[in-house]
Amino acid sequence: MKRSKFPLFVTAGILVFFYLPIVIVIAQSFNASRFGGAWKGFTLHWYSRLFADRNIWHAITNTLIIAASSTAVSIVLGTLAAFALYRYRTKLQIGHNMLIYLPLVIPDILMGISLLLFFVSLSMGLGLFTIFLAHVTFSISYVAMVVLGRFQDFDYSILEAALDLGASWLTAVRRILIPFLMPGIAAGGLLAFTLSMDDFVITFFVSGPDSTTLPLYIYSMMRHGSPSVINALSVIMIALTFIIIFISKKLLEVRK
Amino acid sequence: MSGIKKKRNEMLLTIPSAGWLILFFIIPTVLVVAMAFRNADPYGGIGDSWTLNTFRDLGNPDYPSIIWRTFWLSLVSTAVCIVTAIPAGYYISRLTRRYQNIILLLVIVPFWINFLIRIFAWKVFLHPEGLFKQILVMLHISSPESLLLYRTEAVLIVIIYSYLPFALLPIYAAAEKFDYHLLEAAYDLGASRLQAFVRVFIPGIRQGLLTAVIVVFIPALGSYVIPDIVGGPSAEMIGNKIAQRTFVDRNLPHASALSALLILAVLLPAAIGMTRRFFKEKNSASLGI
Repeated sequence: MKRSKFPLFVTAGILVFFYLPIVIVIAQSFNASRFGGAWKGFTLHWYSRLFADRNIWHAITNTLIIAASSTAVSIVLGTLAAFALYRYRTKLQIGHNMLIYLPLVIPDILMGISLLLFFVSLSMGLGLFTIFLAHVTFSISYVAMVVLGRFQDFDYSILEAALDLGASWLTAVRRILIPFLMPGIAAGGLLAFTLSMDDFVITFFVSGPDSTTLPLYIYSMMRHGSPSVINALSVIMIALTFIIIFISKKLLEVRK
Repeated sequence: MSGIKKKRNEMLLTIPSAGWLILFFIIPTVLVVAMAFRNADPYGGIGDSWTLNTFRDLGNPDYPSIIWRTFWLSLVSTAVCIVTAIPAGYYISRLTRRYQNIILLLVIVPFWINFLIRIFAWKVFLHPEGLFKQILVMLHISSPESLLLYRTEAVLIVIIYSYLPFALLPIYAAAEKFDYHLLEAAYDLGASRLQAFVRVFIPGIRQGLLTAVIVVFIPALGSYVIPDIVGGPSAEMIGNKIAQRTFVDRNLPHASALSALLILAVLLPAAIGMTRRFFKEKNSASLGI
């Protein structure tokens, strides 16, 4: 039977749908007219206005501090959690598994409001530290899931063999387990880092006056600033995204 | 290794992550539900006494329509995502490996771009003075006065845009494992193309469909940024009300009551998903896999 063309059209339609708004933003960022449907000439004005903005660098610094610190902590906690989930089949681990799985399905806004109420009732000042705590909380589950995926291929008897041959626990973990898990830990860490850099909703709830991160800054620009400057910022972020994807693909190819 | 030592090791591995999540996830969530039964104090904080008034206030004119809109938008966007993801997932799974990877990359790449920026792109795209609007006016599809932005349909489109890949990926993954000889067998046995698709293919990718429904419906229920940016006051969802009560009127018990409602709505499908997952793992464990 001849195959229907319908699935092809749907797939093509989806891809157009995915890229259309992005293409428009890129075009608009070079358009001299403020919103204009009409093309009023090529300009780099919006880009120069963007780079003149001092506050944005402060926001980028905050974002990187939080992403790096929350990734480091969530890698440790997530990997330990994955080890426990892999190694033991007890009632405790069923509960533990649920605890890891739940934050993945809870909408951001619920995690945001509940952490805000939690911090407020402890009278903690909101700022970089509360954002850090929140980001670790949502990153643990992602790291644990990715590392657990890597664990599925791990043969535990190798670790036991090392112990039988006289290696201490620490040596066996350091020399055998960690190197084996490294690709999973790196992938989980990268995911946690990206999620932290990208998060708006949870950060919005638990941030204080001087702890503006890049997504918070973009949001305030979207509300009050010039849309054309955000177009320019978007294009730079899109370009950075593509460069990072390209580099990580190249790195993976080299490893193969 | 002795049993006690084994137990001790298990605890050492479990306590850090479990402890963190209990402290920063479970306790705050329980706290939200508890706060819904507290009264508000005049300074924007939480009062000392317990009350049921907050839930009675949820009956006032504003809320039921917003709650209804939230469920309705989430249901429709889930349905649209599933209905478009099925043919696309089918199509991608029938390509050669090389083309599968290319299309999957094309699907994923836009979603590495910051969430806010993607939503903002839609605001630019649908803007009254934007190119798209002008084309529609030129083709007489839309009148110059009508608005594309700040309405429920805009929110719906952007929710679909944001969550369609999450529906597409599990459906593709299930379709990729589907044995297409079954479809040929159905044709040979006299089934029409549609019959074979509905009665053989759809049941075959059931697991992927279920995952897709959960990963679209739950985040859609919690939408906040999308209606905030492309929707107007007439397209508000529960998430917007939670943020308003928190930041604008500073009525934390009201925000908590709305959140409690959302938690309930989310927990139900999540519980179903988790039970299924648990039984699946149990089955595979009993098979010794």
